[in-house]
Amino acid sequence: MAEVEIKNENLVYAKPKLILDNVMHYCPGCSHGTVHKLVAEVIDEMGLADKTVGVSPVGCSVFAYNYIDIDWIEAAHGRALAVATAVKRLHPENMVFTYQGDGDLSAIGTAESIHAAARGENVVAIYINNAIYGMTGGQMAPTTLLGMKTATTPYGRDPHLNGYPYKIAEMMAHLDGVTYITRQSVHTPANVRKAKNAIRKAFEKAMAGKGFSLVEIVATCNSGWKLSPVASNQWLAENMLPFYPLGDIKDVK
Amino acid sequence: MAEKEVKLMKGNEVIAHAAIRYGCDGYFGYPITPQSEVMETLMELKPWETTGMVVLQAESEISSINMVYGGASTGKRVMTSSSSPGISLMAEGLSYLAGAELPCLVVNCQRGGPGLGTIQPSQGDYFQACKGGGHGDYHLIVLAPNSVQEMNDFVGLGFDLAFKYRNPAMILADGAIGQMMEKVVLDPQRPRRSNEEIAAECKSWAAYGKPADRERNVVTSLELKSEVMEQINLRLQEKYKALEENEVRYEAIDCDDAEYVIVAFGSSARICSATVEMARAEGIKVGLLRPITLYPFPTKVLAEMAQRGVKGFLSAELNAGQMVEDVRLAVNGKAPVEHYGRQGGMLFAPDEVLNALKEKLINKK
Repeated sequence: MAEVEIKNENLVYAKPKLILDNVMHYCPGCSHGTVHKLVAEVIDEMGLADKTVGVSPVGCSVFAYNYIDIDWIEAAHGRALAVATAVKRLHPENMVFTYQGDGDLSAIGTAESIHAAARGENVVAIYINNAIYGMTGGQMAPTTLLGMKTATTPYGRDPHLNGYPYKIAEMMAHLDGVTYITRQSVHTPANVRKAKNAIRKAFEKAMAGKGFSLVEIVATCNSGWKLSPVASNQWLAENMLPFYPLGDIKDVK
Repeated sequence: MAEKEVKLMKGNEVIAHAAIRYGCDGYFGYPITPQSEVMETLMELKPWETTGMVVLQAESEISSINMVYGGASTGKRVMTSSSSPGISLMAEGLSYLAGAELPCLVVNCQRGGPGLGTIQPSQGDYFQACKGGGHGDYHLIVLAPNSVQEMNDFVGLGFDLAFKYRNPAMILADGAIGQMMEKVVLDPQRPRRSNEEIAAECKSWAAYGKPADRERNVVTSLELKSEVMEQINLRLQEKYKALEENEVRYEAIDCDDAEYVIVAFGSSARICSATVEMARAEGIKVGLLRPITLYPFPTKVLAEMAQRGVKGFLSAELNAGQMVEDVRLAVNGKAPVEHYGRQGGMLFAPDEVLNALKEKLINKK
């Protein structure tokens, strides 16, 4: 019987160093776990673990601080980019990022988000757009697609009743303080790799003092969407991506 | 700025000078009358070129209090200032600051309400400052200056108490104290603390980047396990008890032989000190008890006065009767407690208060 031995030089994958062993509260199949992993990898690979302060939102990712081994500040609902602004202004040598959902960043926190971008704060916002409020049980988000059923649009989102969805990434791209806006997804391995590159680029720009970056991740909420994880990825590709197309929206060289 | 300096200044301007000289790390604010001179003065003085202090104009009071939350989370000494409607917008942030046990300084230069109200002075935010304002069981440390000099002194005192107890502190001033000019002795310039000093002082809780030699710090007010959240609340209550036992501050003028005591804070107390002189000239034994800390409130001294036989208390406030409730709780039925007030930005004159004292207490059958 040959002994099975895993040699370091043969390892192609391991848990990121900064991901803690706490059991995740996210539903199986949710995009948050993948994005957390990418953020943790980027911080580690850039050697920023002792310099990074994360700001977590209110929403499903309120507990982001339980999973990545860095200093964290938990902000009030929507206020993460105001919190991040002060941290970065007072600690310009630090890497400061927020991790926010669509409700947090683009509904209740619209003012704080737009103005942090307009001022050109040298911070990064990781923006998870799954078109729904996951934490509170699947209500309409500002990003909910027309016709999409949620707990507060049980017959589908009707623009006359519920208004239209909007794209804060495109809105922010017009602001002079913004250096990088991109929209990514993590529903296929290829997209996961692209998303990681985008997060790394945004972090590098923040550390270089180039201005504000937003990395939008079009994400799944299989519990809120009431679909299996696999069906959610397919639904995302067929329904979310036509309205929220992937790719860089602004990249100031 | 190595020495003390004597200047003639507005209360609001003094807040800016005092913050810089104290070694404040950051100010985040939004303009509102009658306190806009605070940020205007800071911007004119450009402390980022001298002490390295950050000054930033936010897009709203909601944003500025959350910037304070962010800065305080890193162990820095940060502050904001506003006036009544702006403080209402900050109420959410104040609850989070108290919940996360973050030290900071907030100045409320009160104006008359409710709603948009008026830009003239008022003391209508006593309840908001002392009884909550935001949600949940919490207290701010509340200091009430009655002079431009105390606007200077309470910046340092507020920061000292905030850091001693890891709790937000508020200077509850009003439009009169903020706008009036008086002589003030400014403190010598103190250096801001270095990042190393902050790390040494705040490493058990502050989030400024996790070094290899400690666990990560998480600043939060969230705890979903009820039995743990109850313990957090009990710990906060212990802190408030310690404040009530150790940090009560007040000024007692002519109270030793007083048969009647006026209770007044801030600009009202300034006016009522003249009332006491007028009463004494008429041979009426009146004293003035001026709470300097509104929270913790000087309950014990009022209870002792009632115990030793003071015949009546008049709570004179620029509102419809707010602090009077705390005076009544302290006196606990041992003597009559009445309120006299003006509202909507109107001030009272010393003789008005004396007339009210006679009418409501001395001559009352």
